[in-house]
Amino acid sequence: MKRSRLPFVVTIGVLIFFYLPIMVLVVNSFNASTYGGHWGGFSLRWYLKLMGQRDILLALENTIIIAISATLASCILGTTAAFALHYYKSALQRCHFILIYTPLVVPEILMGMSLLLAFVAVGVRLGLFTIFLAHVTFCVSYVAMVVLARLQDFDMAVIEAAQDLGANWWVTTWRVLAPMLAPGIASGALLALTLSVDDFVISFFVAGPGSTTLPIRIYSMIKFGSPAVLNALSTILLAVTFILVWASQRLTTNKEKAT
Amino acid sequence: MAEFLEIENVSKSFGSLCAVDKISLSIHRGEFFSLLGPSGCGKTTLLRMLAGFERPDSGRILLAGQDITSHPPNKRKVNTIFQSYALFPHLTVRQNIAFGLQVQKLPKAEIDAQVDKMLALVQLEAEADKKPALISGGQKQRVAVARALIMKPQVLLLDEPLAALDLKLRQKMLLELDIIHDEVGITFVYVTHDQGEAMSLSDRIAVMNRGKTEQVGTPTEIYEAPRSSFVAAFIGDTNFFEGEARELVDKEYSRLKIEGFPDLVCFNDKNISAGNPVYLSIRPEKFGIGRAKPSLGGKHNIVPGRVEDVIYLGGMTKYWVRVDEYKIAINQQHNRFYLDEEPIRWNDDVWIWWHADDGFMLERYSEADENLMSLPPESLGEGAEP
Repeated sequence: MKRSRLPFVVTIGVLIFFYLPIMVLVVNSFNASTYGGHWGGFSLRWYLKLMGQRDILLALENTIIIAISATLASCILGTTAAFALHYYKSALQRCHFILIYTPLVVPEILMGMSLLLAFVAVGVRLGLFTIFLAHVTFCVSYVAMVVLARLQDFDMAVIEAAQDLGANWWVTTWRVLAPMLAPGIASGALLALTLSVDDFVISFFVAGPGSTTLPIRIYSMIKFGSPAVLNALSTILLAVTFILVWASQRLTTNKEKAT
Repeated sequence: MAEFLEIENVSKSFGSLCAVDKISLSIHRGEFFSLLGPSGCGKTTLLRMLAGFERPDSGRILLAGQDITSHPPNKRKVNTIFQSYALFPHLTVRQNIAFGLQVQKLPKAEIDAQVDKMLALVQLEAEADKKPALISGGQKQRVAVARALIMKPQVLLLDEPLAALDLKLRQKMLLELDIIHDEVGITFVYVTHDQGEAMSLSDRIAVMNRGKTEQVGTPTEIYEAPRSSFVAAFIGDTNFFEGEARELVDKEYSRLKIEGFPDLVCFNDKNISAGNPVYLSIRPEKFGIGRAKPSLGGKHNIVPGRVEDVIYLGGMTKYWVRVDEYKIAINQQHNRFYLDEEPIRWNDDVWIWWHADDGFMLERYSEADENLMSLPPESLGEGAEP
């Protein structure tokens, strides 16, 4: 019996639709000609030009500061939240779970708007700090979910076993819990990092003067800047994102093979 | 002098559920002591209180004369082997075993020497550098034993350590645990719901039910002289009879009246006086059965009955004999008798007999405990009649 070729054709079609624009963008970032219409030869001039633009570098710096600090904060908060969710079972914890889960499904624009209103109401000056807070609010949920999934397939009796063997709370945490949870925390951290670097909608709402992040800068450059420089910038972002996602995937699957 | 491990009036409730209800036990140094009971009887809770994972609501626990009731688990010279083994998955077998000594910050050379000794004791030298995920269930269990024993505990607690293993391996590990206990001479407190494990390993057993100890004694005492209907029915099979004590016939024997039976004679160490109700337990293998009435004197009870079911089990044959309203389970190794060449069949009229010492008067009786026994094979259906 001959198998239908349709699923194959559809799959290829969908993948082309997804990746062709990205391919065009990447290729164009190495195109010497200013507009992407024709191939003007291989060149790194857009990358060099990118390095010369102070406002882009400043936005990149902001993005990195926020991404790293928000990731660290959400790793600590997310891991402890996951631990509480797993260890204590009560009606209150079920409520806790829903609250942690909600930011994953709430539309970003709603999150951005509500955060902006909250900051204005409290009277916090908009800037890097408010972006940091906003990023932590959604990154915590992702870290918590990833770590929780890890926790679910390990035997909590190991904590008691460590205590039984003389370990106090501190030793148990660092010698048993931390190494066992490390792959989960790391993959949660990479996810948080990616999301933070990427985020536009929420950042757009809560950013203030002087705290422009890279995605916001890119957006304004589409209107006023040179598209070719943008291509180069996007390619770099794409590469970084790809590496982070790949690393995160590797951490998760490696651990599964071991257990 | 106080005992080595003393449990005094210990109680523990979870919400409205009383898991452990005023239990007192004395455990000797070096003893293999089992807590035996059905699931939910409180045996694991009691063990967790010995380990320090649960704090008793009331009562005291003394180890070698010292009150350890409120000591946290990491401050007790007591170690646990968990049902799931709870090995550290990120550490190798060697690192797992070394963990406790590393926490104590012993010098590395000493740790290595002790770990090597333990690896030899549990015969795991070849697996020393493997992660727990790569070794078998029996090997995991041995790592758990080694990891606990290296701490030189005064008491080793074992929480159903064999429950996760298959039957063959269980029998092998049973033997190994016994050997290890003999070698190290540490006090073992062993929690199990499996009477076979408890009977074969223990010096003494505490049979537990609903948060209380029903009876504490050697395996022989528990089996041969059960105090309550629960103990009689939970450990092995038995037959229960309800009757009334009559006059003493001898210093320790009473006449006993059971509805539908002729007058019986029964060992009466409980000094139950005439006119009082008596609950009797007689193990199935204590009965004799035959077609001819035996000429046995004195302390034997001989009763006529009719065979209702016969189950041939190879090593033994199980008979169910009707005497009035009782359906009595009788186990015999021979299904052919020396004086009677024909095997006993369904609907045969037979005589059954037992010695007065083999009927055991119970201090406590509860009808619910009859559900613990294997039931007459009525479920075999109508086709069972010949």
